[in-house]
Amino acid sequence: MARIVGAITTSHVPAIGKAIARNLHDDPYWKPLFDGYPPVRRWLAQARPDVAVVFYNDHGLNFFLDKMPTFAIGAAAQYRNDDEGWGIPTVPPFPGDQRLSWHLIERLVAEEFDVTTCQEMLVDHAFTIPMALLWPGRGAWPVRTVPVCINTVQHPLPSAVRCYKLGQAIGRAIESYPEDVRVVVIGTGGLSHQLDGERAGFINKAFDIEFMERLPGDPLWAARWSVPDLVKLAGTQGIELLMWLAARGALGGEAATVHSNYHIPISNTAAGLMLMERRTA
Amino acid sequence: MKGYALNKMCYSFNSAANREDFKRDEDAYCMRYGLNAEQREAIRRRNVLALIAAGGNVYYLAKFAGVMGLDVQDLGAQQTGMSKDAFKSRLVAAGR
Repeated sequence: MARIVGAITTSHVPAIGKAIARNLHDDPYWKPLFDGYPPVRRWLAQARPDVAVVFYNDHGLNFFLDKMPTFAIGAAAQYRNDDEGWGIPTVPPFPGDQRLSWHLIERLVAEEFDVTTCQEMLVDHAFTIPMALLWPGRGAWPVRTVPVCINTVQHPLPSAVRCYKLGQAIGRAIESYPEDVRVVVIGTGGLSHQLDGERAGFINKAFDIEFMERLPGDPLWAARWSVPDLVKLAGTQGIELLMWLAARGALGGEAATVHSNYHIPISNTAAGLMLMERRTA
Repeated sequence: MKGYALNKMCYSFNSAANREDFKRDEDAYCMRYGLNAEQREAIRRRNVLALIAAGGNVYYLAKFAGVMGLDVQDLGAQQTGMSKDAFKSRLVAAGR
């Protein structure tokens, strides 16, 4: 049977992609961010996942407003990255896992999550940057992938509770997969930041810290707020914490933090990283 | 809704060929996407708050910013009326 080995949540700030391409890992601005990742990579080397199920939000690469699914899941043999318009270098394609994708889709729809299925799907920086941070080396991706895209572009957005429940359903679906594969779930985005409007540059350190502290043991803490309230607390783009909640939901049960990092600022963002495991006690 | 044409144009800037077309003849490009007068003026002024007021969605406006060679800190500085350095200093201060 398939097994979830852990959950990783990380920011996906576009500027990180440029910093990787320019090899700025030891630059004083970037070091506090990049130094967060080696412990997670060491954990990955031990945990040896075969597949990464990645919750992320598309920023207008694959989806436009003409057709905007709330929840979309990849079912392709391969996922390509492409030009996003503002100069981030593209990365090589990611292998898919179509059998697992369709298993997840079957189970999700059976659980009344009527997801959009995508047999072709471009993945943007929200998918590629976390992958590059976790498996550096420019494109020899050692895991198969299943992208799960959550709409944060066009309101109304799904609620925090709904995203958490989607994650839980995906977690159950993974654990009912008959093949003996090891799965890591990844949630990307956040933490607090806001790009648009007079409040551009908004960061809420106190909220982020509490969110990270609560996520393993009390994930529904963040679900007490509506989407508009979360936007007030975390910023218009800080709402990407929805992906963290989905990943936490997929991990299921009781969980504990194995490693975390938090740094302000990366670009306009409070950058966060967490590695969580199920607590088996 | 009201920003659809503007957002659709900005979405087209994912393509390098489209970015070049825009730079070659901005008026014709905006015309092709059916921008209204308010949207056309906001594009002409390169004014982010006006683009948002005209229905622009920041996820697509970011692609227009790319055409202009601006990063998100330039955008933040412009929207808050600060210098870029002051805007960056404020971000650093948020970490203390």
